[in-house]
Amino acid sequence: MKKGTLKQILLVTDGCSNKGEDPVATAALAHQQGIAVNVIGILDDDQTEDPEGLQEVEDVALSGGGVSQIVYQESLAQTVQMVTKQAMTQTLQGFVNNELKQILGPKQTLEDLDPEKRGEVMEVVEDMGETCDLEVLVLVDTSASMYDKIETVKEALIDLSLSLNARIGRNRFSIFSFPGRRKDVELVFDWSPRLDEISSVFPKLTSGGITPTGPAIREAMYQFGKKGLLRSLRDEKSGMEEA
Amino acid sequence: MRNQAWKKHNIDIRPGTVIQGKWHKNSYLIKKKLGQGAIGTVYLCETNGKQAALKISEQGTSMTVEVNVLKALKKVQGNRLGPYLLDVDDWQITKHRKYSFYVMEYLQGESLPSFIKKNGMEWIGVFILQLLEDLENLHQSGWVFGDLKLDNLLVVASPPSVRWVDVGGTTQMGRAIKEYTEFYDRGYWGIGSRRAEPSYDLFALVMVLLEVFYPDRFSKSPNPEQTLFKKINGVKALRPYNSSLKKAILGKYQSSREMKRDITQILSSRQKRRRPKRDKNQVNILPFLIELGGILLLALSYYFSSLLF
Ligand SMILES: Nc1ncnc2c1ncn2[C@@H]1O[C@H](COP(=O)(O)OP(=O)(O)OP(=O)(O)O)[C@@H](O)[C@H]1O
Ligand SMILES: [Mg+2]
Repeated sequence: MKKGTLKQILLVTDGCSNKGEDPVATAALAHQQGIAVNVIGILDDDQTEDPEGLQEVEDVALSGGGVSQIVYQESLAQTVQMVTKQAMTQTLQGFVNNELKQILGPKQTLEDLDPEKRGEVMEVVEDMGETCDLEVLVLVDTSASMYDKIETVKEALIDLSLSLNARIGRNRFSIFSFPGRRKDVELVFDWSPRLDEISSVFPKLTSGGITPTGPAIREAMYQFGKKGLLRSLRDEKSGMEEA
Repeated sequence: MRNQAWKKHNIDIRPGTVIQGKWHKNSYLIKKKLGQGAIGTVYLCETNGKQAALKISEQGTSMTVEVNVLKALKKVQGNRLGPYLLDVDDWQITKHRKYSFYVMEYLQGESLPSFIKKNGMEWIGVFILQLLEDLENLHQSGWVFGDLKLDNLLVVASPPSVRWVDVGGTTQMGRAIKEYTEFYDRGYWGIGSRRAEPSYDLFALVMVLLEVFYPDRFSKSPNPEQTLFKKINGVKALRPYNSSLKKAILGKYQSSREMKRDITQILSSRQKRRRPKRDKNQVNILPFLIELGGILLLALSYYFSSLLF
């Protein structure tokens, strides 16, 4: 199996979208282009575990082929890295399942193998997760309600880069915020292998309650596309880009 | 913290239920629940008249990863490192509902703090040496424990020894630590990377000792190194090991063996220092032997008996 690059959008938000296209549909589109969409919903400390407004969090990740989680601020760092790693495993497993179907027939997935073979296959998946290259585009909701959460988000992102940079494979991160001042999204931090210098770079938060999640995901997709849309389209099913 | 953050996968199996594996057809009678974590639920069960622990979960992938570790440990070390793996299978409940499970040696024991409370502080030195010994074996076979924490340690009886449960974080040397708990993670404290190397476990080992004395844990400050040193200094029972523990926090040990050497030296010099005071006028060798019957002998006997396995 060839080494490849996994692509993920990591959406960090505390509410529901209210402007532009449906983010669930846009996430599906991203998924089809080989980009997994993960969503983290941040709860206010006085919020209960299952607020209705955050149903979108799960729906977007589900159609985006990613992983979602709703958390309180205190668990954000730990959650962000787990979601990212889980999504990597999920994508790689999907890739392996496709291969298995081709070899063993349409009904075969990893779960249908006997425990011994499953173990061997998982070892391969783990190896791939450790060695593959990874690109994460972080989309941070900077609407007014995020005011008291941005500091925690920054810390969690620095922590994420610490986790991922312990891997053998290479990483590239970039950060966009939405809504932007003039556009739907705004570049905060350009592609780089590390996130430790982001402390000072977050822009002032926008006031007002506009949350254009759908357009933001579309723009993120376009950002990935800028660097090799053709290649990822060629290999869209597997979510892997040949190195 | 993590349990709270993650979707709980509650699997409640009534005692008396018999679980039969889909592939290997072995049957297990569920006796009672032993514990529950982020990944699965662990039950005490009975099979062929013997007791065993059965871990069951919906997350087949995570289970498979753990089983792979247990298999690898089985190959390198017999049954010292982690519970011995007995069976791996699926439980097909209905056509569309399936759980993965594995069966392992049942480790009947108590927590480290409760053992130490009952049996005395001198056991701390013993357990440090024992853990270092096990870590050395593990590291030499190319693995790092990763999620080393109080919850994942049990003291089993006769002879009292520390055993590890939950190898979910056990990672091949040089890779990214698979699973960790923030309080025990040097990355969280800003003191090192999350790459699997011996010093990662040694940091966590010090945090294990600290949690014994600070059961409510404590949180990060702008100067984590200072906080940790202060906490170490604050425990009387850890005072003899202070210098070594601080070295481990700072990642100064490249291997468990180096740390073990320091700890052994500390233990034996304590013996020497005490002896002249009490037996000033005695030329008799007996008091010396009695003295040796204390910490050092305990420690050394563990050291040697562990070599036999
Ligand atoms: N072999 C065993 N013998 C006795 N008790 C066990 C055994 N394995 C696990 N346990 C008990 O079950 C609890 C949960 O097991 P374990 O830690 O493996 O679950 P987990 O889902 O991986 O949890 P964690 O959140 O710690 O990762 C343990 O804390 C321990 O008390
Ligand atoms: Mg575990």
